[in-house]
Amino acid sequence: MDFEVLVRTNVTWILALANVILKDHAKAEDAAQLAFLKIHKGLDQFEGRSSMKTWMYRIVVNEALMIRRKDKSREESLIDAMLPRFDKNGCRFAEETINRETGETILSKKQQQDEVQRLILALPDQYRIVLYLRDIEEMTTAQVATVLDISEANVKVRLHRARAALKKSLGPFLAGGKF
Amino acid sequence: MTAKVGSIRRVLNGILFKLPGMITCAQFEDFIVAYLDGELTKEELRIFRRHLLVCRDCKRYLADYERAMKCVKDMSDEIKSDLADVPEDLVRAVLAARQK
Ligand SMILES: [Zn+2]
Repeated sequence: MDFEVLVRTNVTWILALANVILKDHAKAEDAAQLAFLKIHKGLDQFEGRSSMKTWMYRIVVNEALMIRRKDKSREESLIDAMLPRFDKNGCRFAEETINRETGETILSKKQQQDEVQRLILALPDQYRIVLYLRDIEEMTTAQVATVLDISEANVKVRLHRARAALKKSLGPFLAGGKF
Repeated sequence: MTAKVGSIRRVLNGILFKLPGMITCAQFEDFIVAYLDGELTKEELRIFRRHLLVCRDCKRYLADYERAMKCVKDMSDEIKSDLADVPEDLVRAVLAARQK
């Protein structure tokens, strides 16, 4: 395939993915550039052991994470406080009940979506990236495992924690169930 | 008062969940991803559903969990329908860098 065509057809999702990892547009552009260089160099040797797209995902994630690791200012929030709790018998401690009838925050659709995006970006790296790949890019568990070089079981654990944390922080907006 | 009723219910559930064919909320939690991916075996599915029938905390939890996923889905559908423009500057930079 012509390289320019390849760049044009893939640049949008690559930039979006780099943005989710780096949370900074300029850095995301750097990562996208580096990733395209790697892709260009690797095209001849690409052996088709995984799908082309999975191979590209892997390159983008690695380039972005490399930049991310150099970022000294990055703060890593903890997810533990956002996870459900159980007593010694394994019984759930219900999370504070969301009042579904009253006290709803009325937000426009746009505001709601911005809020969801903000909450996703606030998740710690290892959870945010898995949630993005599985629930937004709609990759399979196996593909995400290949891209991140972790086990499928690990993908599922991280995915579940990411969703659980998001569920908790979305609490007030889930009111009424119409969000 | 409600707290007391809640704690009695918790004690009773603690006993109930140890019966054969039952699981605790913590075990239920571990099944959620596989359940939503349709990966539970018939027997696991039966056990999972049985817990949902007797545990209203988990029932509510799962409903909110699915609602949160729906929020993410709605948001991502919206982003994707916004057909982002191709960033021409970046495309040019990438093609120029390749020539070097
Ligand atoms: Zn339960």
